[in-house]
Parts: sequence; C-alpha cells; structure tokens
Amino acid sequence: MVYYHEVRKDTYYDSITLMLFSGALSAAEGVKNASVMMGTAHNKDLMQKAGILSPEGAAEAGPNDMIIGVLAESDEAVAAALSELEKQLNSSGEDKAADDGALVQKARSLDSAIRQVGGANFAIVSVPGKYAAAEAMRAMRRGLHVLLFSDNVTIENEIRLKDYAVEHELLLMGPDCGTAWVNGTAFGFANKVRRGGISLAAPSGTGLQEVCVIIDRLGGGIAQALGTGGRDVKEEVGGRMLLMELKALNADPMTKVIGIVSKPPADDVLRKIIDLTRTFSKPVVACFLGGNRDMVRGSGIGFADTMEDCAKMLVSLCDGVSFPEDDPHRYDALADAEIALYTPEQRYVRGLYSGGSLCYEGILLAEKIVGPVYSNITSGDYCLRDPETSVENTFIDMGEDYFTDGMPHPMIDTRQRVARIKKEALDPTVAVVVLDCVLGYGSNPDPAGALAAAVEEARKLADERHVTYIASCCGTYADFQDRAAQEDKLRRAGILVADCNAQAAKMAAAILKRLNAGRNA
Amino acid sequence: MNGLNKLFTEDLRCVNLGLEIFCDAAVEQGTPCVQVEWKPPAGGDPRLLMVLEWLEV
Repeated sequence: MVYYHEVRKDTYYDSITLMLFSGALSAAEGVKNASVMMGTAHNKDLMQKAGILSPEGAAEAGPNDMIIGVLAESDEAVAAALSELEKQLNSSGEDKAADDGALVQKARSLDSAIRQVGGANFAIVSVPGKYAAAEAMRAMRRGLHVLLFSDNVTIENEIRLKDYAVEHELLLMGPDCGTAWVNGTAFGFANKVRRGGISLAAPSGTGLQEVCVIIDRLGGGIAQALGTGGRDVKEEVGGRMLLMELKALNADPMTKVIGIVSKPPADDVLRKIIDLTRTFSKPVVACFLGGNRDMVRGSGIGFADTMEDCAKMLVSLCDGVSFPEDDPHRYDALADAEIALYTPEQRYVRGLYSGGSLCYEGILLAEKIVGPVYSNITSGDYCLRDPETSVENTFIDMGEDYFTDGMPHPMIDTRQRVARIKKEALDPTVAVVVLDCVLGYGSNPDPAGALAAAVEEARKLADERHVTYIASCCGTYADFQDRAAQEDKLRRAGILVADCNAQAAKMAAAILKRLNAGRNA
Repeated sequence: MNGLNKLFTEDLRCVNLGLEIFCDAAVEQGTPCVQVEWKPPAGGDPRLLMVLEWLEV
C-alpha cells in the first residue's frame, strides 16, 4: 500500500464540493481509501482514524488549508487518482451555468455580492457552524433577511441573532433550517410546488417539505413556507421567530390559512402561540407531532394528528375542498397477502429514514400498533444503544449526527442507507422495512434507483425469505427527479409505494396488526 | 408595513455564503443569486474570530 498526502495552503471549498472530490478520488482504480477535507481538528482526526493522514500531515494543515489523503495500491494509482482530482478542481473553478443558461456569478466579499445582485434582500448562510452566527449577523446588519442552514450554532448566539432579527423585522430562519419557500422560491432541501393561499411556519424541516408536497398533490398551493430552526419553540428561545412569522402571515394578503408543523412547543411557547393566534383573522392548523389535541382545545387552532391530515385540513380551509376520512380497512387485503408469505420467525418492522420528521411520524404511527419502537432519535428505555444495530422494532433517522459526521446527508448520498437495507435483509426476524424517498432541490438525482437496486440485492441476501418493502416519495411531479418516474422504479423492484409518509407507516402498521392478531389467536 | 411583510412584496435578490448548490437552485428557479467566495475569516483562528466578532458588535 502506498500512502500519499498533500496540504494545499489557504485553499477553501465547501463541504459538498469536497465530498464530490473525495468521491472522485476514492472511485479511482487502485485506490483503497481517499479523502479531501479542510484541515479542521475534527476532520484531521477523521482522516487519521481512516488511515489516510499521518500525524506529520495533520501538523502541517490548518483550518483554512485543504488536505488530500490517499491510500492506494501503487504510486501509479496515486498519480492517476490525483490527475482525476485535478480535472475536478479545474472544472469547479469555472463559472457554472445553471439549467436555464443563466451564469452563477461570484463575488469576493459579501458587500460586493450585495452590489452585484442589484441590492440584495436575502442571504443564504451555510458556512461551518462556528463561523455561521457572525456571517448571519453581518448579513442582517446590512438589512438582509437570512436563511441560516448551518447547525452547531450555540443557543446563546441563536437568541442574540433572533433578538436582532425581531427588532429589525428581519427573517432569521434557523439555525439548522434546511427548508423554506419565500415568495415562491424553494430554498435548501425543498420541492417545486404550486403557488397558492396556504402559508406555513415550521421548526421542522422535512415536516415542512412533507406537508407542502402533499398540499401540492391535493391541488393546493403555497404562499410562504418559513422555517424557524429546530430549537425555536423550546423554552430558552421562546418561539421568537415563529411568533414573528405568524404575525406576518396573518397580515399577508396572499395568505388565506396558516399551518404550523413542529414537535410540541414548550408550555410557555404554546401559550404565546395560542394567545397570538386568538387575535388572528385567518384559520390556523397545527401539527404538533407527538402532541395531542388537548394542547389546543378551546383555542380555535385546528389540530392535525399527521402531516397528511395537516395538509388536507389546510387545503380544505383554503380551497373549500373536502377529503374523505381514512378507511381503517384500506390495507387489510394487502396485509393478508403479505403475512401469508412470512416465516414464523418474521415479526418486526424496521424504518430507515433520511428525514428526521418523517422518521418521527413513522415511529408515532407504528407505536400505536406494535408498542414502543427503538430509535436513535428518542430518549429513554427505547433509545437505540448502537445506531448500527437494530433491535426488535426499530426506526432510524439516518440523517442524524452519528451518520452524517464526515459523511454526506442521506438525502444526498444513498450509500449508508443502501448498506443498511442489505444488513437488515440478513436479519431473519424482519418482516417489514419502511423507507422514505426525498426528492427536490438538494436531494440525490435518483434516490429511488439506489433504493430499488438495494432492495433487489437485499432479496438475494434474504434467500427464500419474503420481506415487505414500503416506500413513499416526498416530492412532486414537477421535481427534477420526477416523482412519477421515481415511484415506477420503486414499484418495479417490488416495493409497495404509499401516497405519503403517514400512509407508508399506516400500511406497515396494518400488516403488523394482522400478523400479531393471527399469531395471538 | 412590517419589514417581513415588505419582503413578501419584493422580488428576491440573494447572496449565498456556503454550499454552492443553494445558489445554483435559486438561479435555476429564476431568482438572482450571487455566490460569495467565502473563506473562514482570520485564517480560521478561533481567538482572532472572537476579537473580530466583538469588534463588529
């Protein structure tokens, strides 16, 4: 084995670009392992642990330097891999043409970028966490509204930023805000949806995505869908951004109805939301995942148990359409067909998700039937000790920090989920596997293709054993991956395709209910 | 009119600091966006950063 490292001083690229470079290097012939990363302490640690950076190499590099580390079969393999990397580096330096031919312009500083765009009013900030608060503040001082995608921002800085934002009537969506629609433009992990009269304010990222794509599928449209960052409704942050957004949406002429998608807010924050919305002229629907309707009883706020119900209620209120109640026997026949194929050992469900709120909704619906579910996103007795190893009924959020430390998010890169699908297939107790398939901007160009291939491979690994695979696409027919084509690929791999995340979980729950009923009889 | 409500009436003109895919996506949707060629300020030195932040306040 030949080890090679190189430190390029004062050379900065963003984390996604670096991951693409790493991918190109790793894929080169004769390369055992390779990575390109910025020289932060954390990254140097990761590279050293992976055997692709020596202590000497680590000592050479600082946080502003780019490190290339390669472990390959021969000097020739290293040289070939580096030449491939140079090609990538050269092409990334060119101005990129976006799909419609418009060139993406670059500027050396924030102020020159603001001028170049003709007087900016909006900034998207996704720099590493320790720099993000300062950059967001600089943008707001220049009068810009901000989408703060970065995480690892302290709660003290979050409060400072939001106090400034509220005082100056500026949006500060975040930190850790991955999804928003502002004036019809989708930001972050978001989808092409119709414009219309429904607005939302949401601490939950994939929750907002799921509700918006269902609204679109039901024929409704979005006026504004604003993020707040996941911690906004906790006691310390006090709902600062959510409350400001709700007020603005109530005053917005295009908005006819308002939705909130979140885990249950802290008691004090909930009280403030109720007191505020009582004064509103527009109907409000809340999906507090994991909460219950007693939380809003008597407040005038409509309560939705699932993200699907939230979307249906908002479309009903906005457009005067009505939707039939869920048929509790909808999946009975399907369940009977599936359980007839299981071995006596098969009894458990595994959920493998890329979206946190999608996973959480799945847990809540599955728990009603199978009892407590192990997970890496819940605390207490059923917190999964080792996220790599499922126990009994297990639902995993593979977008959680454990899986994304040094690795791309599973919405972008399907490799970790593909590996896990194959691992679960080897477990003889698994009956059902539930998957999400997130489409739209920011997401993988063909997640269904990767999942379908993984399931086909998993079937071979499982030998004669029949496992039920269920998936739902969080996306629209206008997304570049094309929802229709993605659903087709899933079906051709024998995966059952549900309308949405809640229905996928209900389908799984129906199968397990019939299975357990049959065995307990 | 509240500043946020004013934003809802305007055409967005964006600047992007960080992952270029966000800038690409905005431009693809017809929303002007300029990518800032961002690097960690102060050479990434956390102590210098704190001083810079304090100066900005």
